[in-house]
Amino acid sequence: MSDILLEAKAVAKHFGGVKALQDVSLAIRRGEIYGLIGPNGAGKTTFFNCMTGLYIPDGGGFVFDGQPLKADAPDRAAERGIARTFQNIRLFGNMTALENVMVGRHVRTKAGVFGAMLMNAATRAEEAAIRQRAIDLLHYVDIADRADDLAKNLSYGDQRRLEIARALATEPKLLCLDEPAAGMNATETEELRVLIEGIRKDGTTVLLIEHDVKLVMGLCDRVAVLDYGALVIEDVPAVVQKDQRVIEAYLGA
Amino acid sequence: MKNWLNPKSMTGIALIAIALIVLPHVVGMGGQAWVRILNFAILYVFLALGLNIVVGFAGLLDLGYIAFYAVGAYTWALLASPHFGLHFPLWAILPIGALMACVFGVLLGSPTLKLRGDYLAIVTLGFGEIIRIFLNNLNSPVNITNGPQGITLIDPVKIGDFSFSGTTQIFGFALSGPQKYYYLLVALAILVIIINVRLQHSRIGRAWQAIREDEIAAKAVGINTRNIKLLAFAMGASFGGIAGGIFSAMQGFVSPESFSLIESIMVLAMVVLGGMGHIPGVILGAVLLTFLPEVLRYAVGPVQMALFGKILIDPESLRMLIFGLALVLVMRFKPAGLWPSPERSRELSDKPVEAVK
Repeated sequence: MSDILLEAKAVAKHFGGVKALQDVSLAIRRGEIYGLIGPNGAGKTTFFNCMTGLYIPDGGGFVFDGQPLKADAPDRAAERGIARTFQNIRLFGNMTALENVMVGRHVRTKAGVFGAMLMNAATRAEEAAIRQRAIDLLHYVDIADRADDLAKNLSYGDQRRLEIARALATEPKLLCLDEPAAGMNATETEELRVLIEGIRKDGTTVLLIEHDVKLVMGLCDRVAVLDYGALVIEDVPAVVQKDQRVIEAYLGA
Repeated sequence: MKNWLNPKSMTGIALIAIALIVLPHVVGMGGQAWVRILNFAILYVFLALGLNIVVGFAGLLDLGYIAFYAVGAYTWALLASPHFGLHFPLWAILPIGALMACVFGVLLGSPTLKLRGDYLAIVTLGFGEIIRIFLNNLNSPVNITNGPQGITLIDPVKIGDFSFSGTTQIFGFALSGPQKYYYLLVALAILVIIINVRLQHSRIGRAWQAIREDEIAAKAVGINTRNIKLLAFAMGASFGGIAGGIFSAMQGFVSPESFSLIESIMVLAMVVLGGMGHIPGVILGAVLLTFLPEVLRYAVGPVQMALFGKILIDPESLRMLIFGLALVLVMRFKPAGLWPSPERSRELSDKPVEAVK
C-alpha cells in the first residue's frame, strides 16, 4: 500500500477565458491533515469539485488509492471513499438530522425496491444497522439531541457538524472539508479543531480548505497554497508561513 | 408504526375495517352510481399515491402522469377483449400492465434526467399528450387501438370462476358489481398503501427525498441520481398502470378521451392539495377531490332552487366554479396541503422557530 492516498496530476480547469486551475499537482499522504489555502477565487473549491467529480477537469487527473479517479462521477467518487462537505452548507433541509446521516449510509448499503416492499429479515437488519450507525455518528459530532429536528432548523454550527456526520457516514478514506470554520466564532472553531483531530486519529485522512490561517497552521501537517489557479508552495506550515510568495499572495503586495 | 398492536390502535383498526366493509352498502342506498364514484375515489388514491412517489418523494414535477394510467388501461383492454380476440387471465394482465407502464416510465424518465422543475413539467406534459394522441390515431394503417371509438366489451376482473361484474348472492347478501369491485379495490389499496409507506421509510425512499432536497449533495454522498430517479418514474408509473388496468376492466370500455390533460392535473391537484409527500394527506386529497365535484353536481341545482326558487346559474358551470374556488382557498390558507406531514406543517406554521443566536 502506497503512502500516497490522493495524487493530483497537472489538473487544469478553465471557465471560458478564466484559468481557474493551472496544472496543479499535489499529493496527500495517508493519515495526514492536509490544508489547502489561498485568497478568494484562487481555485480551491474548483479543485475540490474536480476531485469529487462535480466538474470535469480540462487537463490532468487524479489517482486515488492507487487507481485513477473517474471524472464526472460524484457517486463513484463517494463509493471509492471520498466524502466532502460544502462551503455553502448543502443539507437535505426538510429531512431530520438523523435521516440526513442515514442517507449518507446509502452508498455502503444495498436494499432495493423489492427489499423495501417485502421488508424481509435482511432488509430489516440492514435498516436497523443504518439507523444505529447514524445515531452513533450524531453522538460522534455531538448533536445527538437534535436527531429528530429538521436539518434546516439546526443552528449554523450544528448544520456544519451534521454535514460532517453525513460525510463520515459514507465511510470515507479521505474527508474533504470546504471552509468548515467559515462564520464560526472562536469557541466553535476550537471545538471544530478538536473534532477534526479526532477524525484523523480515528484513521481518516482529512483535506481542509480554510480561510482561517491560524486554524490551518495549527492543525495541518502540510499545507498547499493556491493563487490565481496555480500552486505556489506545498510544505509544512512552518515553511509555508515564512514563504515570501505566500505573504505576497495574501497581502497583495 | 411503533406499537400498532396495542389495544388502542387495534380498536382503531377494527373500527376502520368495519367502516370500510359497511361503506359501499351505506353509499349504495343513494344508488349504485355512488358506489361507482366511491370506486373511482379509490382508483384515484392509487394514482395519487403513484404520482406522490415521483412528485412528493423525488420532487420531479410530472404533468403527464395520466399517460401511464392510459398505458395500463389499454394494455388490459387489448389483452382481454374481443378486439384482438385475446382473453388473458388477471394474474397475467395485471403484471404485464404494470410492466408496460414501468417501461414507459423509464422511456419518459431517461431523456429528462437532467431536467427539473418547470422544464421537466413541460416535457412530461408533452409526453402525456403524445400518448393520448397515439391512442387516438393508432387505428390505421394497422388497427391497434381502434382510434377515437375506443375498445369495448373488455373482460371484467375474474378470479377463477368468480366474476366481478353483475350481481351475485353471497351468504344471502346480494352484492352488485360495483360493490364487488369496491372490495377488490380496497384490498389492493391497502396493499398499495403498505408498499408506499415501506418505500418512504427505506433506503430508496430516503434517496428519493435526498434528490428532492438537494441533488448535488445527494450525488456527493454517493447516490446514483440517474438510477434512483428512473426508479421513481418506474415505480410511480407501475402504480398508474395497475390502476389503469382495473379502470379498464371496471368500465368495460376505454377511449383516449379518458386520458386528457385535465386528468393529469386533477391527480397532481390531489397530491398537492392533500399534502405532498405525506401518504395520509394524499389519500385524503384523492378522496375529497373525487367526491367534491360529484356532490356539487347533485347539490348545486337543488340548493339554488331552495334559496332563490329558480336556477340562476347553470349548475354545470357553477359546479366547476365552486370547485376551483375551493382549490384556491385551500392553497391560500393551507399552503402545505390539508394534511401535511408533521415536519412540513411545523415548518409552515407561524409559530416562531427557536431564537437565532
